[in-house]
Amino acid sequence: MPPTLVIARLTVQETSRRRLILALIILTLIVVGFSAWGFRKITTVTNSSGSTLPPEQVALITSQLLIVVTFMYSGVLALSAAVVAGPLISSEVESGLLLSILARPVRRSEVVIGKWLGLGVLVAIYAAGSAFLEIAAVDWATGYVPPHPIQLVLYVGAEGLALLSLGLLLSTRLSGITGGVIALVAWLMGWIGGVVGDVGTGLQNQAVENVGVFSHLILPTDLLWRGAIYAMEPDAFLATLRAAGTVGRANPFAAVDPPPLPFLAWVVVWFGLMLALSIWSFRTREI
Amino acid sequence: MTDVIEQVAAAPLGAAAGSPAIETVNLSKRFGRTSALAGLSMTVPRGEVFGFLGPNGAGKTTAVKLLLGLLKPTSGEAWLLGRPIGDLQTRRRIGYLPELFRYQGWLSAREVLALHCELAPLPRSSWKDEITSALETVGLTERAEDRVSTFSKGMQQRLGLAAALLGEPELVFLDEPTSALDPVGRHDVREIIRGLASRGTAVFLNSHLLSEVEQVCDRVAVVDHGRVIASGTMDELLSGTAVKVRVTGLDDAEKARLASFGNIDDEGDQLTFTNLKPDRVPELVAEIVGLGGNVFEVSPRHQTLEDRFLQLLEEEEK
Repeated sequence: MPPTLVIARLTVQETSRRRLILALIILTLIVVGFSAWGFRKITTVTNSSGSTLPPEQVALITSQLLIVVTFMYSGVLALSAAVVAGPLISSEVESGLLLSILARPVRRSEVVIGKWLGLGVLVAIYAAGSAFLEIAAVDWATGYVPPHPIQLVLYVGAEGLALLSLGLLLSTRLSGITGGVIALVAWLMGWIGGVVGDVGTGLQNQAVENVGVFSHLILPTDLLWRGAIYAMEPDAFLATLRAAGTVGRANPFAAVDPPPLPFLAWVVVWFGLMLALSIWSFRTREI
Repeated sequence: MTDVIEQVAAAPLGAAAGSPAIETVNLSKRFGRTSALAGLSMTVPRGEVFGFLGPNGAGKTTAVKLLLGLLKPTSGEAWLLGRPIGDLQTRRRIGYLPELFRYQGWLSAREVLALHCELAPLPRSSWKDEITSALETVGLTERAEDRVSTFSKGMQQRLGLAAALLGEPELVFLDEPTSALDPVGRHDVREIIRGLASRGTAVFLNSHLLSEVEQVCDRVAVVDHGRVIASGTMDELLSGTAVKVRVTGLDDAEKARLASFGNIDDEGDQLTFTNLKPDRVPELVAEIVGLGGNVFEVSPRHQTLEDRFLQLLEEEEK
């Protein structure tokens, strides 16, 4: 097996043996169970006239609540990716664990790519698995299925991968705690930058709107989150948002359009840049 | 900044077969203003056990890391097994026990060694025998299936040694290989080093445990403040005689007057004169008595590596 895949396998094995995967599975099942119970309640709740809600209203409320629940999932994924990626290389340099591995015929680029790949697989599996379970639970509880479930998984997974890539880059030079904290702060700043951009859109102020654009260029997690939101919005809700004009766009939990294609192309370039930077940073580090 | 490691040498492996195990020319490393290694030039022939001695912070580990491509030299050149340092293919033929030894705690000892077999890379068909043999050599057969996180420090160092022995390397770097071991473990390591030498493996032994080095090394180099201050075979290095004198009644000023007899290792009532010729012993005793000292014991003996080491360091400080 090539060294890259050996390192990737080792990374998956480590998270598995350290019971991180088990903890995430249990937590996810608990959340899915609770949310299924909660979503089920929407179909039985009554309005002021004492009657249950019509199906279109159930779908609307469910879609909005699902966005909030997914925000929590994307947060868990982003936090986990940042916290796990932060010490991925630095802790092994500090402990000396990498010394004996790097004395083997293993390139440092193979270590970086292997670790990214191993954790990336876990991020992808978690994003797909948790989305499948949650969507299945919501479908069972309310009969509502978001319009673009595949895109939803792709966007949420890519958000986790973005945080993983940032955490890994920081991990090549900074201690695990420092790198993890910086990645988390960057994620939150990125989200806030997106909100500021929304405010700019609402006010039709180009300068303020550009804050969002630049923050999406530097760290595209918020942009990807908007893509996930778009994938969950039913057509009727989208029509309402569009009818509201610029005001409809000024909402961090709503997206009128999917992320533009040039931006998605930039995200692919961004991933490549982060990996290239990580490899360069680790290759030039003396350990 | 350029890549720290990973060069691909053009010469085929076979072309380097007759070359020394290690060759360095003015190999230097600076960390900012601090010189960690200054102009190291040496040759370690194949099959030789080479001791690299020095006090803490002398530059021993820096030298090993430079040779393994973990650090990039500030200047100078070096070759391992005839190929430039950093060459990936050469690493297939090298074993390494780091000073800071740490292995995956979530793996068993057998799994750690399998990982190293895979990264080495050794043919899969040989893994079982390699691992069994390495575990047996370091005395970890009984703990093969236990997780490394349950191992003591000494057992982890044994595991590191086992990893360094996999695949019958042509050159093995051992950086303070007995730092966590008990006397039995130290004896075992000496036997392992002798075993390596007997099958023609060159060993680069980094240590500050002088008795250990004295017992197993063919040649040594003494390094201090990043510079090699002496090197040679044991016979070349330990040609002098040391004289131990048990004496009371001398103050520091009186002891200082004995400096003409050679370097003094002053341990209170026990003075050791390194590199003092035996025919000057009566003269020394007369001088001590003349100064009012009470002599209880005088024992000339061959200089040990420790005597020589201390003498070299003292000379270096003057």
